[in-house]
Amino acid sequence: MTNDVLIIGGGVGGTIVANLVAKEAGDRARVTLVDSTGMHVYQPGFLYVAVGQEKPENLSREESRLLRSEVKLVVDQATLVRTDDHKVVLKSGKTLRYDELVLATGSRIVPEEVPGAAGAHNFYSMEGATRLHRALEQFTGGTIVIGVAGIPYKCPPAPVEFVFLLDDYLRARRLREKSQIKLLSPLNRAFTIEATSKLVQPILAERGIELTGFFNVETVDPINKTVTSLEGETVGYDLLVLVPPHRGAKLIEDSKLGDARGWIPVDKNTLKHTEHPDIWALGDATNIPISKSGSVAHYEASVAADEIVAALKGEAPPAHVYDGKVMCFLETGQGQATTIRFDYDHPPVSPNPSHLWHWAKALFNKTYWHTVPQGRLP
Amino acid sequence: MNNTVQIDKTIDARGMACPGPLMNLIGAIRQGEVGQTFDVLSSDEGSKTDIPAWVAKAKHELIEVRPDAGFTHFIVRKVR
Repeated sequence: MTNDVLIIGGGVGGTIVANLVAKEAGDRARVTLVDSTGMHVYQPGFLYVAVGQEKPENLSREESRLLRSEVKLVVDQATLVRTDDHKVVLKSGKTLRYDELVLATGSRIVPEEVPGAAGAHNFYSMEGATRLHRALEQFTGGTIVIGVAGIPYKCPPAPVEFVFLLDDYLRARRLREKSQIKLLSPLNRAFTIEATSKLVQPILAERGIELTGFFNVETVDPINKTVTSLEGETVGYDLLVLVPPHRGAKLIEDSKLGDARGWIPVDKNTLKHTEHPDIWALGDATNIPISKSGSVAHYEASVAADEIVAALKGEAPPAHVYDGKVMCFLETGQGQATTIRFDYDHPPVSPNPSHLWHWAKALFNKTYWHTVPQGRLP
Repeated sequence: MNNTVQIDKTIDARGMACPGPLMNLIGAIRQGEVGQTFDVLSSDEGSKTDIPAWVAKAKHELIEVRPDAGFTHFIVRKVR
């Protein structure tokens, strides 16, 4: 018997699952991946685009070139999952049947949820990062404010990395002495992870980057150029960069497969939907209280693939489950970086920043295309 | 329970790691009405410092912090 394994989303998680299932299941599966653009985008590169260290064209490749030949790519927008008859409806009007469904639908940014924030900059899309870069090129000094308008958001350390890279950028342009950098954090530390926050906070202070804790962005006044928090504080800016609120994909909300914010409820170890045993979800799309990052999607993908392959072969579920593993890099500026590693049972640890980790991150960014999507890195 | 305080909403964040319980409280305060009282249930040690610190900064009222079996109640009133 040949099953239809359908994967929605051609990001890091969806692409790895498609390739691993196609490789391991052989004739037992017809693997189809649906992606709305047909382009695979390396989102960790947006930060570098914003500060002029990377070109947008280096961050995307055709998805078809990253998939094994056995995987059928459908470039179309999935608009509805019908669990009653196991079909996914596409924008073109076509429907695709599934026996096993993988929702790798990611997250979306919703800046419109913050009153007045429509004109604020962000580095959460290619367009946003490119526009921010143009604004920085025209910047001649003043106050740059970086705020966070909701947790969870993609890549928890990104705002901290951004302020360090911005500090470098302004120094290189000899604008640092004429500028203030203010980082507004929703928590009483630099970002969600306490151990790494303790490591980076002295470096923020050393670079003259002002950290304000417990500042949950509530509204922006673009006329008077101020941003106000839920806690009742107001800060003025010349250039505002906001991490916008995030939600799950519209497909998930429309199909009623997620919670109030569209995050898909899954078992945190097997990644199986809590109500639908033939649906898996991974990466940003889930409600697992862990970093929304490519790293998580990467480690989860082999678990979802193993689960599906075992189901196709009629074997018992694999012993290999997702243990909450996260490993990511954090740029600390001046050519140095650290890493953050943890899982469900081990709290985060970060080594002292060094040039070595910066080069490791740069190497990973360059070699990503040849290793990660194919599932070649464990 | 403290019978003198009427709870409008219980936020069961037991089992969630830091900063989950605090972020759930912040979300509830954001959507709640002035005068409403929330009972946050948290088993995370970090909440013992994070939640009182945030409530003070945001100028709400921390009515009670009470240990229970393996978790803590944080009773908070939205005052503005």
